[in-house]
Amino acid sequence: MAAQGATASRSGLRSALPLLAPAYLWLTVAIFLPLSAMVFFSFMTELPLSGKPWAFTLGNYAAFFSQSLYLTLLLASLRLGLVVTLWCIVIGYPAAYVLAKVLKGRSREAIFLLVILPFWSNGLVRIFSWAMVLREGGILDTALNAVLPFKINIDLMYSYPAVIIGLVHSYVPYMVLTCYLTLQAIDDSLIEAGRSLGASRLQVLKRVIIPLSMPGLVAGAALIFVPVVGSFMEPRILGGRTGTFYGTVIEDQFVAVFNWPLGAALSFILLAVVLIILAVASPVLRRAA
Amino acid sequence: MRMPKLTALLTATAVLTSVLTLAASAAEVHVLNWKGYGADEPWAIAAFEKATGNKVVNDFFNSEQEMLTKLRTNPGLYDVVMINAAFNDQAMAEKLIQPIDVSKLSNYADISPDKASSPMLDHDGKVYGVPWVWGLTALAINEKSFEKPPTSIAEMWDAAHKGRVVIRDDAVEAVQFGAIATGQNINDIKDMEAVKAKLTSLMPQIKTFWSSENDWNQMVASNQIDIGTYWSGSADRAKTHFKLPVSLVIPQEGAVAWLDAFSIPVGSKNVEGAEAFINYMIDPAFYVEWVTKVGAPVSANTKAVAALPEDSFNRKVMGDPEVAKLIQFQAPITDAQREAYLALWQQLKVDVK
Repeated sequence: MAAQGATASRSGLRSALPLLAPAYLWLTVAIFLPLSAMVFFSFMTELPLSGKPWAFTLGNYAAFFSQSLYLTLLLASLRLGLVVTLWCIVIGYPAAYVLAKVLKGRSREAIFLLVILPFWSNGLVRIFSWAMVLREGGILDTALNAVLPFKINIDLMYSYPAVIIGLVHSYVPYMVLTCYLTLQAIDDSLIEAGRSLGASRLQVLKRVIIPLSMPGLVAGAALIFVPVVGSFMEPRILGGRTGTFYGTVIEDQFVAVFNWPLGAALSFILLAVVLIILAVASPVLRRAA
Repeated sequence: MRMPKLTALLTATAVLTSVLTLAASAAEVHVLNWKGYGADEPWAIAAFEKATGNKVVNDFFNSEQEMLTKLRTNPGLYDVVMINAAFNDQAMAEKLIQPIDVSKLSNYADISPDKASSPMLDHDGKVYGVPWVWGLTALAINEKSFEKPPTSIAEMWDAAHKGRVVIRDDAVEAVQFGAIATGQNINDIKDMEAVKAKLTSLMPQIKTFWSSENDWNQMVASNQIDIGTYWSGSADRAKTHFKLPVSLVIPQEGAVAWLDAFSIPVGSKNVEGAEAFINYMIDPAFYVEWVTKVGAPVSANTKAVAALPEDSFNRKVMGDPEVAKLIQFQAPITDAQREAYLALWQQLKVDVK
């Protein structure tokens, strides 16, 4: 029986190979090789492309620890990641709940379309449209002053809140989609059972709905937190003089001074920190999920 | 049966392609330059191709470092490269560019002597770069915010403009600007602490760091800024081409000047075509059209500048001998200096958070 089973699984693997090969080939060529090259670069004194002599060094990693600048920025970026993730939960979770449990048919499709819409537009276009909305004398400022009886001055452009708004807008669809999937899978009869046994709406939410949809919340949070920590485009364009983050510093190393080794080292430190955070959080998250 | 046929077909295609490539490359001029910087103007390419029979193939870079890397990694690909004079030294030392026989360039004699004899371009009596255009990194103002244009760089620190000042997000430019503000030589900064202190006190004034001409023009168009560092050619373009209330201010403390030049890379397959292209780029006819249609920095060719209308910005303001006294030309910067400047600049940006 056991031998038979092994043969079966081996032949299963063989028949699956042609199906798996493209994906693995793609992963190797597009992700593994360039990333390995970057790991390699991060230990070099000079980029071999520059035609200058080079040697192996740990100096690029030491640079992170020798200057308080990088640590300050990394902490700022982690904080940014947390704040953006929290806002995505606050905005995305109720939206996902309404989509999954309240709306039906046409209206659900329409709202879904609105949620997905940001995905279909280019990221830069989104950021520049925010720039038009948020600046002094921009769309938000003009509209509010047209409606309100008193004069207010809204100039959110080039500030920390502008960065948060831009990032939340870009990433909230992830939260809506992951939460929608888990919320939709909750059997309505469980909610009805809770209600019929005397639980208030709030109790049902706390004891039934949130625990059952936790996997979606956790997946969404991880999907959002990781890219936001390394983001550079939104901070640079919307943040003004407060828009310097860990991601923008890495970008400078690659683009402005052509110091790829240092840029690569800073990126891998970020990767390590994010992995550590996810690893530390995983028992908590797994229990929650 | 099928395989040999296929092989024959492939061989035939390959032979044909290489013949075609050879035939084409003989008359192709591969040009490496910033995007949207004169050499890729469609009307200019059409005129040049018609006059010489050479076909122009443009390629672009986004930073001087990228330009150097493209030269290093593609030997023999490019025939003409546009290099900021401050980088010419490095390109020559790495044997990326070759001496130019200026006797083949009929317009070279009209290049202003001080530019043509620049020690940044001439090494051991050989010319490694043909001066093309030059310009300033100075200040520009939003005309709506000033009764009369300021004369001093100190205006940037004036509390009246708090939150309405911009500076470019570029470490070298920022540090050299700080050097001018503290009365130092931009190419030999002795007191870096003073520069740092001066820039630190500027930070709270700043609205944002601009990175492209478009950023600057948009902020003026929506009346969000009063004053900031800007390039002379861009200020001219903003005023004449986009009709924005922008005017350039060359402060009494001085301004940074840069010089752009054309070089021929080592291994160029079409040196003759390259010479013809460079000669066309410094031709007065091209320059006048470029200024009129698009807006451009100041030509290094004296006849080209003289061909502009008398009241044009590039002739009247930039040609003023008083201005010439105020400006300091950028000299080469080592990689170590560049990284030190970036470290300082990043520290300033973090401290202001």
